Amino acid sequence: MDWSVIFTNALAAAVGLETVIFALAAIGLNVHFGYTGLLNFGQAAFLAMAGYGLAISVATFGLPTLVGVGIGLLGAVLLALLLGAPTLRLRADYLAIVTIAAAEIVRLVFRSVTLSEYTGGSDGQGRFAEGFYSINPIPVGTYGLGPLNFSERQTFVLSVGWTLVALSCLLVFMLMRSPWGRVLKAIREDEDAVRSLGKNVYSYKLQSLVLGGVLGSLAGFITAWGNAVVQPDNFSTETTFYAYTIVILGGAARVFGPVVGAAIFWALLSLTDNILNQAKAAGYIPDAILTGFQVGQVRLMLVGLGLMALMIWRPQGLFGDRRELALDAR
Amino acid sequence: MRHAVRAATGALLAVLCLLLLPGAATAAGETLQGALRNGGEPVEGVTITVTTADGEQVGEDETDETGAFVIELPEAGEYTISLDEDTLPDDVAIREGRSASVTLPVNVGQQRSVLFPLGESSREVRSDLDRLPQLALEGLNFGLIIALAAVGLSLIYGTTGLVNFAHGELVTLGALVAYFFNAIVGLQLVPAAIIAVLICAAMGGAQDFVLWRPLRRKGTGLIAMLVVTIGLALFARGFYLYLFGGGSRPYVDYQLQPATDLGPVALAPKDAVTMGLCVLMLLLVAFALLRTRIGKATRAVADNPALAASSGIDVERVISTVWIAGAGLAGMAGILLALGQQASFQTGFQILLLVFAGVTLGGLGTAFGALVGSVAVGVFTQVSTLVIPTELKNAGALAVLILILLFRPQGILGRAERVG
Repeated sequence: MDWSVIFTNALAAAVGLETVIFALAAIGLNVHFGYTGLLNFGQAAFLAMAGYGLAISVATFGLPTLVGVGIGLLGAVLLALLLGAPTLRLRADYLAIVTIAAAEIVRLVFRSVTLSEYTGGSDGQGRFAEGFYSINPIPVGTYGLGPLNFSERQTFVLSVGWTLVALSCLLVFMLMRSPWGRVLKAIREDEDAVRSLGKNVYSYKLQSLVLGGVLGSLAGFITAWGNAVVQPDNFSTETTFYAYTIVILGGAARVFGPVVGAAIFWALLSLTDNILNQAKAAGYIPDAILTGFQVGQVRLMLVGLGLMALMIWRPQGLFGDRRELALDAR
Repeated sequence: MRHAVRAATGALLAVLCLLLLPGAATAAGETLQGALRNGGEPVEGVTITVTTADGEQVGEDETDETGAFVIELPEAGEYTISLDEDTLPDDVAIREGRSASVTLPVNVGQQRSVLFPLGESSREVRSDLDRLPQLALEGLNFGLIIALAAVGLSLIYGTTGLVNFAHGELVTLGALVAYFFNAIVGLQLVPAAIIAVLICAAMGGAQDFVLWRPLRRKGTGLIAMLVVTIGLALFARGFYLYLFGGGSRPYVDYQLQPATDLGPVALAPKDAVTMGLCVLMLLLVAFALLRTRIGKATRAVADNPALAASSGIDVERVISTVWIAGAGLAGMAGILLALGQQASFQTGFQILLLVFAGVTLGGLGTAFGALVGSVAVGVFTQVSTLVIPTELKNAGALAVLILILLFRPQGILGRAERVG
């Protein structure tokens, strides 16, 4: 077992592409779930709208990257309005069911053979990322950060990603200190009380859904550029559930909760993957218990168990405040 | 009639097979590969050729006895892959509206799968109106299975307020346990299914006892519990995948049953039994809810738990009964579902959202609403394939769910109440 490789990989995972993507997705989800108490189970759909909005406009219709980004953002806003309008007047669990259904619709439509001319079907759409990398000011080469090494493309996409994470955190921090943010938190605590103060709760919830959706869509762009391809199964319900685990792990309704949560989440997964793989290679684990192929399944089980354990014993996560999470649907 | 349906399911299966097909592990270079299937049957001896953008042929292969073909490519780039339609068997053709030749890019090191959806020769495809009764019947079959799963989900929601995203995993459990006793232990499917239903019911009871009851005692919020159900679902799915693998496998018994022609519709005996069983079980549930003591108590708890408790009803006992019955019904739904399709680790997950659609459509928390809603969802998904592609039928059903919520949020049988 080579522990230095294991820890280097975990460190790489903690600052890597997945962490950036899920930090952004979770920051958006934190606005929904942590601050407003909305049960959005379709965060993956916002990522998909952004990623595919970009990929289809650039690869299929040959539009410039910036226009593609605009279309992606517009797609996310429209999706939020479409989801929120019918459900935000209803009880919280309706939003949960509708958003998870909508996310599946979006995924199924993007992966359908019928539309594969535009979307690339289940193989996904590529050939759109060059516009982004052509503005890369970083010269060709390998860049190190401690024991880690990144190519100029990785360095560029990670710098853009972490900048977006920082800006999003700043935005959330300032908004949640503002009167607008206090109304959101009040809605989470007691909707009726807020309504009795004359606030339009419905409109505030819709604004929160749009804001969180747009923040989530940034994750969609980074997914698209970082992988240079968008695939429908990048945006499955599991993506949303991972983002939930991250929000709760880091601490809901905390500005940096999602970021710390994402880094820890991916570092832990990398650790378990690497330890299991190395233990397999060294022959500590017989094939009868675990084949190499099954390591990924252990990961799924661990995430599930982790989410349950967190929610039962430490719903406030690592840095949260328990009183902030006294949500209830009824 | 049967042909049209077989063509549709065949195409669907072809898609599924390709999704499940693992990349060829041996070749390190770029390949184009796939498998030709028609109605689940491999199609052998079909010539596939690959040409570059300039029209230069770079490879040719003939599908083997499993219908598979693999063509190695000299380098990454854009290629045109064509299927020679003259080599297809007489009764098989490329599905209508699909091309026998596809141009696509292949990335460095990519082993890219190519899909040629096959179906019966288009000459035999019947008109839409002719297919309607058959699709409606299949929809009814599917809807009744969904209803079995939905009744439990709805009752659990009604009595405890818990939105259980792990309910699909109980459905899967039924399918997999029945598979275990049928294919591995070697029992006939009927006793295997009975054991599976009992195990599922026991699991439901145990789940309530070990997990949900302590959480209720602790006063955990409903939203927190909802997130716990998601964790449980992820865990269970990972566990099934670990034990069962990613493929889907059929039961030993009742696999290939010819459908009996009944005038406008055709029905395999196993489907008739499935529908009969579903109706019987649902009638039993209805009878229990309306006429028995425990059923009446269940409805009382669903209506107002505090009032029910104060009038002497043992609420916890009602809830565990609901869990046991609901899980047993869900397991049964899984077995019947796997009988029509095949058992896989996501048998339940695949229908979970449709179950939710049925429950919500009928009105959250009402047992009879769940029944009506589920049947409506089942019929709608199947019949909608007349106008929308089969692969999008689930998306269509979910879209209808969202639309219904716009106009009648309390569902078909739900009671209107002020909800915010």
